[in-house]
Amino acid sequence: MKALWTKERLPIIATVVVCLLLYIAAGLAFPGFFSLRVGVNFLDDNAFLGVIAVGLTFVIITGGIDLSVGSVAGASSILTAVLIHRSGMHPVLAMFGGIGFGLVLGLLQGLLIARFKLAPFLVTLGGLFFARGVALAISRESVQIEHPLVSTLASEGLKFSKGVTLTWNGIVFVLFVVLGVFLARQTRFGRTVYAIGGNPTSVGTMGLPVTATLVKVYAFSGFCAGLGGVIFATYTASGNALSGTGLELDAIAAVVIGGTLLSGGYGSVIGTLFGVITLGIITTAITFQGTLSSWWSKIVIGGLLLLFVLIQKGIEKTGR
Amino acid sequence: MSSLLRMSGIVKTFPGVQALQGVDFEVVEGQVHALMGENGAGKSTLLKVLTGVYPADSGEILLRGDVIRPRSPQDATRLGISAVYQELNLAPNLSIAENIVIGREPMGPMGIRWREVKRRATQALARLGLELDVNRPIGSCSPAIQHLTAIARALDVDARLLVLDEPTASLDRDEVENLFTVIHRLKAQGLGIIYVTHFLDEVYAIADQITVLRNGTKVGCDTPAALPKRALVSLMIGREAPSEEAAPQREVSAAGEILVSAKELGRRFAVGNLNFAIRPGEVLGLAGLLASGRTETLRLLFGIDRPDTGMLMLDGIPARLTPRRAMRAGIGMSPEERKTEGIFPSLSVRENILIVAQVQRGWLRRLPRSAWAEADAMKDELRIATPDLDRSIASLSGGNQQKALLARWLIAQPRLLLLDEPTRGIDVGAKFEITGLVERLRSEGMAFVLVSSELSEVVQSSTKVAILRDRRMIGEADDLSEKAILDQIAEGDR
Repeated sequence: MKALWTKERLPIIATVVVCLLLYIAAGLAFPGFFSLRVGVNFLDDNAFLGVIAVGLTFVIITGGIDLSVGSVAGASSILTAVLIHRSGMHPVLAMFGGIGFGLVLGLLQGLLIARFKLAPFLVTLGGLFFARGVALAISRESVQIEHPLVSTLASEGLKFSKGVTLTWNGIVFVLFVVLGVFLARQTRFGRTVYAIGGNPTSVGTMGLPVTATLVKVYAFSGFCAGLGGVIFATYTASGNALSGTGLELDAIAAVVIGGTLLSGGYGSVIGTLFGVITLGIITTAITFQGTLSSWWSKIVIGGLLLLFVLIQKGIEKTGR
Repeated sequence: MSSLLRMSGIVKTFPGVQALQGVDFEVVEGQVHALMGENGAGKSTLLKVLTGVYPADSGEILLRGDVIRPRSPQDATRLGISAVYQELNLAPNLSIAENIVIGREPMGPMGIRWREVKRRATQALARLGLELDVNRPIGSCSPAIQHLTAIARALDVDARLLVLDEPTASLDRDEVENLFTVIHRLKAQGLGIIYVTHFLDEVYAIADQITVLRNGTKVGCDTPAALPKRALVSLMIGREAPSEEAAPQREVSAAGEILVSAKELGRRFAVGNLNFAIRPGEVLGLAGLLASGRTETLRLLFGIDRPDTGMLMLDGIPARLTPRRAMRAGIGMSPEERKTEGIFPSLSVRENILIVAQVQRGWLRRLPRSAWAEADAMKDELRIATPDLDRSIASLSGGNQQKALLARWLIAQPRLLLLDEPTRGIDVGAKFEITGLVERLRSEGMAFVLVSSELSEVVQSSTKVAILRDRRMIGEADDLSEKAILDQIAEGDR
């Protein structure tokens, strides 16, 4: 099994090791942490973040960034809630509305970035402000969602045992991880994403569709952000224009901790799954501890992020 | 043997330049056609027209008798024209196998069929006579493997015509042999190959036909047997009958101690076999074609690049130079890329002139006002045409920028000044003045190493000439005349 330890796999190996160590440490420190229920909750409670991070992984592998995802999720959540609550629309249609907003905004951002060669950071920074503005324009107040379907989505799903259920939100997250892995590894689209990240200047002359791929990548990220907003709305049974503030940074942290290089070309969706779970473990462990304020989770995440950036730099330095 | 490609009357004009003025070019199946020419001859424009990067203004391209108009590199690839450029088009993060087939992966119901990918890549490499672990990321492979992978990729699209642009620039001697073996295989398979290189020996080793371009026109096309090296070099640099008269004999007061000497000095992929000694009052000219290692030699002497073979002696002591140490030892360098490596465009002429003096003084200590006067004196002495020195240097003409760069070093009073193309792109008058200045300083005891692509200038200014060819110094000129030097460049090792 010597191929397991290649340089390309080091970041993901580091991620898995850190994730497991954290899990074991937390499990030994807090009774009840090892339970199936806590494990399932990692997926449920972080489903919105996870779906967004899957989309963002593709963006970052191309060497780009999408700062708009948090705002888009916020706009999507309030849009969905308002469509159900005020317009009396069926929740499924309303959800399409939220997801559609993300998809269209992502598509536009992708066009600007790919066709006009604008800097992703600036374009999506614009998207961040725009989507948040749209969210606040839709409604400044929090809007409750009261619909049987929505509460079903948030509470029912795959029953493992009594009281332990992977909700539909969690299931969607898992499905998106599977979809992401398939896209990244088994499709020409996915391989082109990696090639763009590896050599942005000359993949065009390799005959690969750079522009179309970049547009699709940002559209997919927008789609995932919209879906993340919908999941957040069902999870909290409400929509709030300010939800998802700063979520883009959590998503970037999850992707980077998951072993994807910000410089592009290297990374994996599985890694992002572990990144999301790692963030979940930290937050949950601090809740279990009880006396520490929630800010401590930010401090730990910050330290961990720096550690991973250092690891990545080390790997880059030893040559690819 | 049938004609594979026929380009006729290709014209391409860019604003202000006629890059191609009706060029004809033909490649026959199973042949290697070398495309030769100095910088700006039109080689790369012709290739870009062929591979669909630019459309031609007029002219016709026939591929196997059919008129083609490639609109993009992808389009050209579909037609069977594949190019491998010096800057390789590879994704370093992906495996050898993926780099060969990416964009054309065999697909199954579950997406890419990786087994098939590997099989096809292995097959493509086998066609080149290579056996490699196709799972290795290409970024970790040697330049030679990368190059061969790029060729394998080019062939995987059923290419009928392969363009190799400077394929050996980063290859070792053995690797070049390897590449030639591959080329012979491809010839045998009926491919036509366009081979662009600056290395003369390679052309005679591999080409079946040579076309020479100069200033956008075809100036020669023949078989290697009918076009001896001497004639080829003349065609390339455009001197049918170089002047035979020797340079004016100058009094060389080269009696002083050796200032700088090189013994077997070299650096991989840059230049090798440098052997010379420079004394005060000497001008060592470096003669050779483009990419023969002239600039690389200066970079070694100024410590920008480290040599990895041989010895560099400074005042009789082995030296490991950095630009800083070189400056302390009294060496100055005026680089070829004046605009990007020479001037600081946002600073004034005065600041540009005084910057070396400031560096010598140390960044913390202010230059005294008297230094300003020195700069003014230089302006008068070198006749730098500017109303005052406080204007931005970017507003000066090329010739005056060059004079300011010389002034910069003259204030520092170096013992050895390295000049890389000091007269490129400047008008005749300024050229004359700079040549005169070099001669005067030389007679006062300063030493120079001079690089110029104009052989007449090298002959005129130098007291001795080192001849470089294919990135090796092949000796010193026996005779300071253009003809003798040209002969030596063409003949190679004696």
